[in-house]
Order: sequence, then structure tokens, then C-alpha cells
Amino acid sequence: MVKYIIGIGLFLAFFIACFNSESTKLPYLGEHEVNGQDTIYHKIGDFSFQDQDSNLVTNGLLKDKIYVANFFFTSCPTICPKTMKQMKRVYDKYLKDTSIVLVSFSIDHYHDSIPTLKRYANKLEISGQRWHLLSGKKGETQKIARDFLSLALENDQAPGGFEHNGNLILLDGQGHVRSFCDGTDPTSVDRFILDIETLKGEKNL
Amino acid sequence: MKKTYRLISFFISCLIFTNCGDNNYSEGKRLYEKLCQNCHQDNGLGLGGLYPPLAHSDYLVNNQNILPRIIKFGLKDTITVNGKVYDFQAMEGFGSLTPFQINNIICYINTNWGNQIPLPNIQNTIKSIETYKK
Repeated sequence: MVKYIIGIGLFLAFFIACFNSESTKLPYLGEHEVNGQDTIYHKIGDFSFQDQDSNLVTNGLLKDKIYVANFFFTSCPTICPKTMKQMKRVYDKYLKDTSIVLVSFSIDHYHDSIPTLKRYANKLEISGQRWHLLSGKKGETQKIARDFLSLALENDQAPGGFEHNGNLILLDGQGHVRSFCDGTDPTSVDRFILDIETLKGEKNL
Repeated sequence: MKKTYRLISFFISCLIFTNCGDNNYSEGKRLYEKLCQNCHQDNGLGLGGLYPPLAHSDYLVNNQNILPRIIKFGLKDTITVNGKVYDFQAMEGFGSLTPFQINNIICYINTNWGNQIPLPNIQNTIKSIETYKK
């Protein structure tokens, strides 16, 4: 009898341990470097861009914040409106949660000036404190996009002149990529929002 | 023999009825999803002050006569929809659409998301496009 109870107890303990480790921690995404015994997780490189209110946004400013990032341009005729609608959904959901910030990098450095981004933000009815729209600089946005495991390229053949994907990317306070989803697909974003919750729980541990 | 004919005609009419029920302006829906939905969204509500709604839109109700040419040639003007001003950027036109395809899109828009706007007439659709060309 005692054996049975110990057995069941062990089984339960094992089960709970598994359950905990799997449900309360998101994976670290990207290519990691292995340095001897240590694994160095993929990290976003340093960046510094101006947002719609001319405020400088850097990795430093976003340190210890959970942030959701994407790449877009205001005159995009294809997937951006869809992905920005999903970003707005995340924005509305976490409007009062100051531990979460949204960052959208414009990949169109010709057209998306700070005043244009400001007009866009006003039309989208968003606050510059909670959602930064970052103006692109030639080459720099394209470079940083790779760190975000995203694609952002100039291409005359693509609609609107830029080739990019509609991913939303989830980052922890240390600049590690922890989750992503297809921002054009609302069900993919449903799952992504659950990941945000998981990451929030991880930080509260 | 008569019985067989009756049975066959019964089945055919069943087929027609069920198809009609399922495919509510399926061509219009397909084109809407391909060309319009990116900005006007799957629920027809648009996005903030950037892209105007098509669902329950006073502008849509009041501008049925110019709708075909807006779809065909785009729209650069500032417009006011349900009291909100839309002036961020122009809508692009879809010049390769035929009048019939445009008519199908309007059928879909006019009857979807709770919209109850009378269906467009193909003659008027052609006229709307032709008068703009001149």
C-alpha cells in the first residue's frame, strides 16, 4: 500500500515538474553561439531610432520590458494593414499594462518621415508611450530586421517597393527572441497572445 | 420513365438550391478577399482612421453611383465616413477588373456584415465606369 502511495506521489511530482517547466517558460529562438560549456542565446543588436514623437528608442529604453515588434511601412498596399490590425489588437489588450510595449519599425526610409509616422499614429489612435513607430534609416532597419528573424528588403518588383513578412515578434527584457507568429492570421495571433501571458508569468517568478 | 425524369429534375433543383444558399456572391467574396480585405479587413470595419469601414458606412450607402469607378480607378479625395475624416492616403484602383467583376464585388459588400443596400445594376456599373473615362 505504502509503495503504491509513494509511486503515485512520485508520478505526480514528475508530472507537475514537467508541466511546470513546459508551460511557464518559452524557448529562446534564433541561432545560438556555443562558447565552451556556455550557450550564448541569440540577442538583438544595439539599435537607436526615432519614433513618431521624435523620442529616441534604444535597446536600453526597452530593457526589462516585454516588447512586441514588427516591420511595416505606411503606404504598404498588401499585408501591413492586416498585421497592424493585429498589433492594434495586442495594443488594446495590454493598454494598461506598462510592462509591455509595442515597436513597429518602418522599412520605408524614403517616405515614412517622423511627421508621416505621427499622422499614421494619430489615425490609428495610439499613444507614443505605449507603441513606438520607428522611422527607418537606409540599411539600418534592414540590418536589424535580421536580428528579429525577419525579412525587410528593398525590391522594385514587390508591391509598394519593399519585400517583407508579416511576423509579430515577442522579446523579453534581455533582448532575446522568445516567440513569433504570422501577423496576417488572427488564429496565429491568438496563440501568440498566450505566449505573451507565459512570458509575463516567467518574469514574475 | 416519367418517374425517373421527375427524380432527376428533383435532384437537380435540390443541387441548384443548395448551391445558391452556400455561394452568396462567391465571386465577389473571392475578389474582396484578394483585393479589398487587406485594408478594409475581413469584418469590413477598416482600421482606425486609416482605412474606412464598408460595414454600416453612410458613405457607401450614399455613393453607390460612383462606387464602381472608385473600385476601378481608386480614390484620392478626402472623404468623411460616419463622421470621421479619412485623408491619410489614397486608395489604389484595380484597373484590370471587368465591370462584371466590379458588380460582383459590390453585390458582396452591399449584402455582407449586416449591410442591406440594394444590389447594383450592371448597366449602371458600366455607365459609372464609362463616364469617368471621358
